[in-house]
Amino acid sequence: MNEVKLSRRKLFKASALAGGGFLLQMALPISVLAAEKDTLVRSKALNVYVQIDADGQITIYSAHPEMGQGIMTSLPMIVAEEMGANWEDVKVLQAPVDTAQFGFQGAGGSTSIPRNYQAMREMGASAREMLIAAAALLMEVDTQDLEARNSEVVHASGNRRTFGQLAALAAQQEMPDPEMLSFKDPRAYTIIGTSVGGVDNLVIATGQSQFGIDVDLPGMKYATYSRCPRLGGKAVAFNEVEIKKLPGVTDAFILQPDARAGKASMSFIQGMASLRGGVAIIGNDTWSVIDAKNKLKVQWDETASSDDSWSGMVQQAQALARSDHGEVKRDDDQLEAAMSDPSHLALESFYEFPFVAHVCMEPMNCTAHFIKGRGGEPDSMELWMGSQFPAQAKEIASNMLGIAPENVKVNLKRLGGGFGRRAIHDFAAEAMAIAYRVDGPVKLTWTRTDDIHHDFFRVGGFENMRAAIDANGKLAAWDQHYIGFAHDQKPVIGSGFRGNELPMTVLERARVRQSMIALDTPCGAWRAPGANTNAFVEQSFIHELAVLAQRDHVEFLIELMGARRWTAEGNVNALNTGRAIDVIKMAAEKAAWGKPMPSGSAQGFAFYFCHAAHIAQVAEVSVDGSGNYHVDKVVVAVDVGPIINRSGALSQVEGSIIDGLSTMAGQQITMEKGVIEQDNFHQYPVTRIAQTPKIEVHFIESDHPSTGLGEPALPPLAPAVTNAIFAATGDRIRSMPLSAQGYQLV
Amino acid sequence: MTQFKIEVNGQTHELDVSPEMPLLWVLRDKLKLKGTKYGCGISQCGACTVHVDGVAVRSCVLPIAAVTSAVTTIEGLADGGDLHPLQSAWIEHDVPQCGYCQSGQIMSAAALLSNTPQPSDEDIDAAMAGNYCRCGTYIRIRKAVHTAASYYDASAPSAIGDKG
Ligand code: FES
Ligand code: FES
Repeated sequence: MNEVKLSRRKLFKASALAGGGFLLQMALPISVLAAEKDTLVRSKALNVYVQIDADGQITIYSAHPEMGQGIMTSLPMIVAEEMGANWEDVKVLQAPVDTAQFGFQGAGGSTSIPRNYQAMREMGASAREMLIAAAALLMEVDTQDLEARNSEVVHASGNRRTFGQLAALAAQQEMPDPEMLSFKDPRAYTIIGTSVGGVDNLVIATGQSQFGIDVDLPGMKYATYSRCPRLGGKAVAFNEVEIKKLPGVTDAFILQPDARAGKASMSFIQGMASLRGGVAIIGNDTWSVIDAKNKLKVQWDETASSDDSWSGMVQQAQALARSDHGEVKRDDDQLEAAMSDPSHLALESFYEFPFVAHVCMEPMNCTAHFIKGRGGEPDSMELWMGSQFPAQAKEIASNMLGIAPENVKVNLKRLGGGFGRRAIHDFAAEAMAIAYRVDGPVKLTWTRTDDIHHDFFRVGGFENMRAAIDANGKLAAWDQHYIGFAHDQKPVIGSGFRGNELPMTVLERARVRQSMIALDTPCGAWRAPGANTNAFVEQSFIHELAVLAQRDHVEFLIELMGARRWTAEGNVNALNTGRAIDVIKMAAEKAAWGKPMPSGSAQGFAFYFCHAAHIAQVAEVSVDGSGNYHVDKVVVAVDVGPIINRSGALSQVEGSIIDGLSTMAGQQITMEKGVIEQDNFHQYPVTRIAQTPKIEVHFIESDHPSTGLGEPALPPLAPAVTNAIFAATGDRIRSMPLSAQGYQLV
Repeated sequence: MTQFKIEVNGQTHELDVSPEMPLLWVLRDKLKLKGTKYGCGISQCGACTVHVDGVAVRSCVLPIAAVTSAVTTIEGLADGGDLHPLQSAWIEHDVPQCGYCQSGQIMSAAALLSNTPQPSDEDIDAAMAGNYCRCGTYIRIRKAVHTAASYYDASAPSAIGDKG
């Protein structure tokens, strides 16, 4: 299944180079020519993304952060395909953070593929046209009789020149007008749609890849930072004399909170990266500053601290669910009449989902080097870190420290996980504020406990659901009360009802209310925000209704979709009921939906649409009498249009399912009086290898634009599993994580 | 501070560090071997897995004073220019996503294969139980361990020694 391009023979050859970390030591060639991304195909340069050396080496620059979603492989594949390059000749390098050259550089929202697909094709196609123009000159032939393939330009006569031979002359050719570019027929693709291994696999497998946490600079100091455990507090005093005497510690000081760091031009993170007050400890190695941190005694000022308590939130939500409270978002006629119609069957259920943390495998960290400007020179800052939106750090330096963005250099490193956490740069603000007071570079490393306590959590919430089934067993009315959280009167990211949710988009009689509970706990984007909780509630409740109506779940879902259509006319990113029906049918068929299962085992179904992806999943689950359950298999049908990198796409689906499983099974962040109660992985478990199900993925490569796959396979997993547990046991689970409901994943 | 002599990847190093400093931080900050990762510091995630005397251990909870045998890290796993079969298999199966956990995964798998050259799925699950992969690459990890084991299988066409 996973055919990777590297042949074993080639692999061992490459290995000879592995010892020296050749990829990492490769300096960025200075011949990278500057041009605005949008105008670049018109510029004189070959272009900023592609470079060809005389020896035929093709270098493609990847402008976006790589966090495991595979973008450093999949976007260059598109370029190489249009160029007619041989993938074996391609080397991918991380481009510098420079939005003037590369345009927007960021990763989030499963948007990298849709946002960049066309630009990448244009890069490749213009490089190809310039190579062909060069070949026409050299061979004295017509461009029409030339074709680029396998890193060569070939003439109809069989005469050929390699890209390397053409490179110098090609760079002098007129950049073609993007309007005039033609693109390859997808049927002729040799790279797109195949399985290509990650471009960094060799350095990762040999332990040479450089994450932010691995940065090492001459004279570098190490730092930890301790923030108030009760969120929002600030440090007043600490056992300074004792701490400074500890071996390996060189300095320790208090930083005051600084809201200027939170200012951000990207509206969804505005205000979030504010510097928290706390105590910085500086030393000669990571362990010395972690050890000192453990010995720290701080007097905190908690006057502005959070009072949030999860137990209180649950009580508040339950009271709200019983009330008429809530802002009405939609209220169709005859809703209550349909609910109370004696010929109808009505149902009411209360669902709950917790706060969860990101726990990127690489804890937050940032290395910063502040250089005080002397003799009229301006101050400058250099940073090394993993980040989903690296240019944000320049704004923080400017807003918090008055350093002009052009004097801030950001070295983007590979991310040891992102999942939305590295969209917010509080860790960079801390590192910069510390570096401001330290001579030379300093690396700030968060402990895992810091990482959990001071996350921007996936918001928890509650939904009170009511619905009625008519005499024909059809869904007749739907009443949804979303009880979420708001900070400063504004719903936090991922909280609140979304109008494009199923079955809203396909139902005529619905009512929606939304109530918001005030929240201080910081929340942020977490893999498929909103979707990852709504899918659980809605797809479980739809199953409850199918059971009530004594209907087959799959048949009930398909009926709900109605006629095949786009639910928002002219919007290819909207739910398309035809695509939905197709993935539902495919998942059901491939899983042999309804097949007899051994006692204690059952299938569960869920469909979900988000991030322009239509995805259906069938989970097969075995449960024993004590609530131990194993997810034996998950069958997945996906429509995200044509697949670019089959291996990468499969990875994303498998990873999303396993992530969904971790979250559903045992992850929950609780807080009491503003203090987060989970400290490390022993209280916040991640799925382990033995708990991993078999996963079978089927792609429907429909003829729609390719869209992203970093998030949308996660949301349907939880309801597919809990629907299966219901089918196996008759027990309906309406609250995550399952470990708090008496169910243990094994 | 105390003087220590440790052997890592065949090289002997002399260090002057606190006896309590975990091997993880000695490797990363003192010997500049960054392939071994920090993930939790409490023996829960396996990102810091190395071999001491051929046995997979969590270096984040192992004080340097307790290290009396030779240490092997991910950087020392390949035999000169030749990748360890697991490293080849990891590439062949395109295992890594973010990649952060993978040094630890490979080190745990290497310890398994040295004792159990032909492991079953259950053997793999048991040996890899201490290694988290937050990105969820477990399915490929299992496949890659089997593939690496097939390199060891004398009856199968061998990839080991094929220097291309
Ligand atoms: S860092 Fe050692 S087990 Fe997590
Ligand atoms: S590949 Fe990211 S944690 Fe394993």
